[in-house]
Amino acid sequence: MTESTLTESGQSLARPSGHRGFVSDWASDQRAFKGVPWGKAMMWIFLLSDTFIFSCFLLSYMTVRISTTVPWPNPSEVFALSMGGDPVPLLLIAIMTFILISSSGTMAMAVMFGYKKDRRTTAILMLVTALFGASFVGMQAFEWTKLIVDEGVRPWGNPMGAPQFGAVFFMITGFHGFHVSVGVIFLFAIARKVWRGDFDKQTPGFYTSRKGNYEIVETMGLYWHFVDLVWVFIFAFFYLW
Amino acid sequence: MAHGDGTAHDDGQQQHPISLYFKVWGLLFVLSAASYAVDYYHVESYLRWSLVLIFMMLKAGFIVAVFMHMQWERLALIYAILLPPILVLVFVFLMVFEADYTFLTRGIFFILGN
Repeated sequence: MTESTLTESGQSLARPSGHRGFVSDWASDQRAFKGVPWGKAMMWIFLLSDTFIFSCFLLSYMTVRISTTVPWPNPSEVFALSMGGDPVPLLLIAIMTFILISSSGTMAMAVMFGYKKDRRTTAILMLVTALFGASFVGMQAFEWTKLIVDEGVRPWGNPMGAPQFGAVFFMITGFHGFHVSVGVIFLFAIARKVWRGDFDKQTPGFYTSRKGNYEIVETMGLYWHFVDLVWVFIFAFFYLW
Repeated sequence: MAHGDGTAHDDGQQQHPISLYFKVWGLLFVLSAASYAVDYYHVESYLRWSLVLIFMMLKAGFIVAVFMHMQWERLALIYAILLPPILVLVFVFLMVFEADYTFLTRGIFFILGN
């Protein structure tokens, strides 16, 4: 009750925009993020903390790569795939990048159709996103197998150069792949709720007993775009550097 | 960042034309292809690093601004989320100095022996 009263009184006031709005939002002695559902604000805060985790991983990679006296394996050659005899550099990684970007595109559209309460299109677009994500994880599994079995890369050493290469590679891409896998499960769960029409019929949630709405699609979308965002940085710093 | 242009509803709902998402999608494809081309055509050294960084920042910017709807949010949220990661740059500088020092120490150790 208190929450809705606060929201209503907060929305009835005309809010200043720009920097004046920034100061008044934070100084209002109420919720600072006005006009944003709680779930979305909290997802942003979670993503901020996740940003720090991935930053620490990439930073430790940077530190290890600068400080090693052994040459770093050339990722362009390590991740090359041979197509009809000629090795094409980073082919699989490029395909994975395009797949993840496409999944972000379909996710953004799912959010849009969600707010239009078009539950069929929303659910289908979310399922397409989940399938893109699952194929990404599949390709990553193929990449790991190739590296471990054929190239002999281990967390403690590899035949190509600096022994830290394996440790950094498995940690960073493994943690990212784990995020993608969790995202796929998350997508299936929300897509099922959308498909059943939980948000149209105001069905209470199984765990929370609270009525949901289509805002969860956007919150879920934020997580998925973040996974794509992290890949942008991994692609640049690990594969292209 | 253009915000408060009336496209975001007051109750937090985001309504934007589908063409916008297709445009950004296409743009992300082009930028990805460009950064892949940097590797494919063996652009090296400073040109390589600056191109990779530029394409990376552009891609990240479009994803956060449009796909994650950040450009239509109020400044209170934008600053709370986007300013803290910038502080990571301080950490980067610290670790660059630290790693350079480690590299130097290792060099001396391996050349001179102990």
